[in-house]
Amino acid sequence: MIYLDNGATTMMDPDVVKAMIPYFNEKYGNASSTHMMGVWARQAIDEARHTIAKSIGAKDEEIIFTSGGTESNNAALKGVAFANKDRGKHIITTKIEHDCVLNSCKWLETQGFEVTYLNVDREGFVRPEDLEKAIRKDTIIVSIIHGNNEIGTIQDLKRLGEICRKHNVYFHTDACQSYTKTEFDVKKQNLDLVTLNAHKIHGPKGIGALYIRHGVKITPLLHGGGHEFRMRSGTENVPGIVGFAKSVKLAMHDKHVKHMARLRDILIKDITENIPDVLLNGAKGEKRLCNNVNVSFRYVEGESIGALLDAKGISSSTGSACSSHSLEPSHVLMALGMKAEEAHGSLRLTLSRFTTEEEIKKVSSELPKIIEKLRKISPLAKGG
Amino acid sequence: MVKIYNEKVMEHFKNPRNVGELEHADGVGQVGNPVCGDVMKIFIKVKNGKISDIKFKTYGCVSAIATTSMLTEMAKGKTLKEAKKITRDDVAEALGGLPPIKMHCSNLAADALKKAIEDYENKQ
Repeated sequence: MIYLDNGATTMMDPDVVKAMIPYFNEKYGNASSTHMMGVWARQAIDEARHTIAKSIGAKDEEIIFTSGGTESNNAALKGVAFANKDRGKHIITTKIEHDCVLNSCKWLETQGFEVTYLNVDREGFVRPEDLEKAIRKDTIIVSIIHGNNEIGTIQDLKRLGEICRKHNVYFHTDACQSYTKTEFDVKKQNLDLVTLNAHKIHGPKGIGALYIRHGVKITPLLHGGGHEFRMRSGTENVPGIVGFAKSVKLAMHDKHVKHMARLRDILIKDITENIPDVLLNGAKGEKRLCNNVNVSFRYVEGESIGALLDAKGISSSTGSACSSHSLEPSHVLMALGMKAEEAHGSLRLTLSRFTTEEEIKKVSSELPKIIEKLRKISPLAKGG
Repeated sequence: MVKIYNEKVMEHFKNPRNVGELEHADGVGQVGNPVCGDVMKIFIKVKNGKISDIKFKTYGCVSAIATTSMLTEMAKGKTLKEAKKITRDDVAEALGGLPPIKMHCSNLAADALKKAIEDYENKQ
C-alpha cells in the first residue's frame, strides 16, 4: 500500500500510540480529581499544553484543547463573532477555506453577520491589498487558512496579520495542514487565534487545539464544568492530548520537512516531464506545503485516475465533482479561476515523513500508464 | 472511493469492452459535457436492421466508463427496435447496481445509444 493521502489523515506514529496507552488503562483518572490518578492526568495535560504552546511561540494558558480542527475553527469564528457583536457584524474570510470555516461563516450569515469571501490569485494567494480594501469599520475578525489543504499554497500570514493589527481586527488562521511543516510563530505572524490538530501530523484523531491570544474577547461554544480555562467544558481527552503533544515533538524536525519537500519535487518533476497536457495547481517552491502535489490532467477525470491508482495500491484524492457528495468540483480549484473540466481532472497526492523515494518512483512509473489508458478511452483527447 | 462500486462495475471500468471509434460509422451519438465531467460518444454499424458493431469513447468517472462499456455489450447484435428500448435502469441493473448519487449524472450511455440510432435513422 502506498498511502499518498496524508492531507486527509496520517498513520499514527507507533511512538505516539505507545505514549498514549498508559492513559487508557493505567493513568486513566479525571484531571479534575484531586487524588493521585487525577494528578497524573493533570500533569500530563499541563506538559502537553506546554509542548504545544512552545511550538508556536505562545504561553501555556493561551492553548485550549478541542476535539479537532473543525471544533477549533467553529469556536474561533462563532466565539469571536458572538462576543464582539458590540464592535461589529462583519467577518472576512477567503474562497479557499476548509468547509468548516466556510460553513461556519454561512451559518453566521443566518445569525445577522455579514461575510466577505476574498478572491485569490491563480496560485491561491490572498492579495494583501484585497484584504485591506475589504476591512470595514465594523469588521471583527479575519480568518485565512495558512497552508491550503488542497493546493498546498502557504499564505504570508505576517503580512496579512500586519494589516489586521493596523485596523484593530482579530486575525485567525487554520494551520491544520501547515503545522510543523513550516515556520510558525504567533507573535511574528501577528496572530490572535490559531487552529491546530493532531491527526494530520501522525497523531490521533479527535484532538486539536485553539490558540487564543491573551486578551482576545471570545465566548465558548461548550458550557459545563469550566474546563480549559472556562473556554471548553468537557472532561479532557487525556490520551488524545498526550498523543497530540508526542506527535508534535516527533514532527518538529527540519529533516522531515526537507525529506518531504525533496520527494514532492521529484514527484512534480516526474509527472510534469513525463505526462503531456498536465498543469500544476497551487504555488511553487517554498510557498507550497512540503507534502502537497496537486495536478490536473486534461481530457480525463479524477475519480477514474484515483480508482486506477487504488487498483495499484496507491491512495490519492481528487477535486473532481464526481467524487464529491455535492457533485460540484472543488471550490478551491474553482477559486483559482480554473475551468470545471480542469478541476475534474485534478489529482492530489499528499506525502508524509514516512513516504519513501521508492514509493514516489512507483507512482511516477504507474501514473503515465493510467493517464494514457484513460485518454485512449476519452473522446476529448487529441485524436479522440 | 472505490468501495462504493461493486466488482462488476469495477471490472467493466478496468477492462472496458468495445473501446474505440468506427471509421465509417452508420450512426454516432454523443451526450454530456466536459463541464459536468461526463461525455459519452457511441458509434454504431447497422446491418439488416441490427447493430452489427458498436464502439465507444467516454470521458468521466468510474461509473460513466463502466456503464458505457456495459451498454455496448447489451446493444451488440440487437435490432434497432430492441436497442432503443434499453434504459438507464437496465444498464445499471445489468451492472448489479450503481451508487444512488451516480444513477443520474453518469448513467447516460443509453441516451447516447438512442442518439446514435436516431443519427442513423435520419441518414436513411
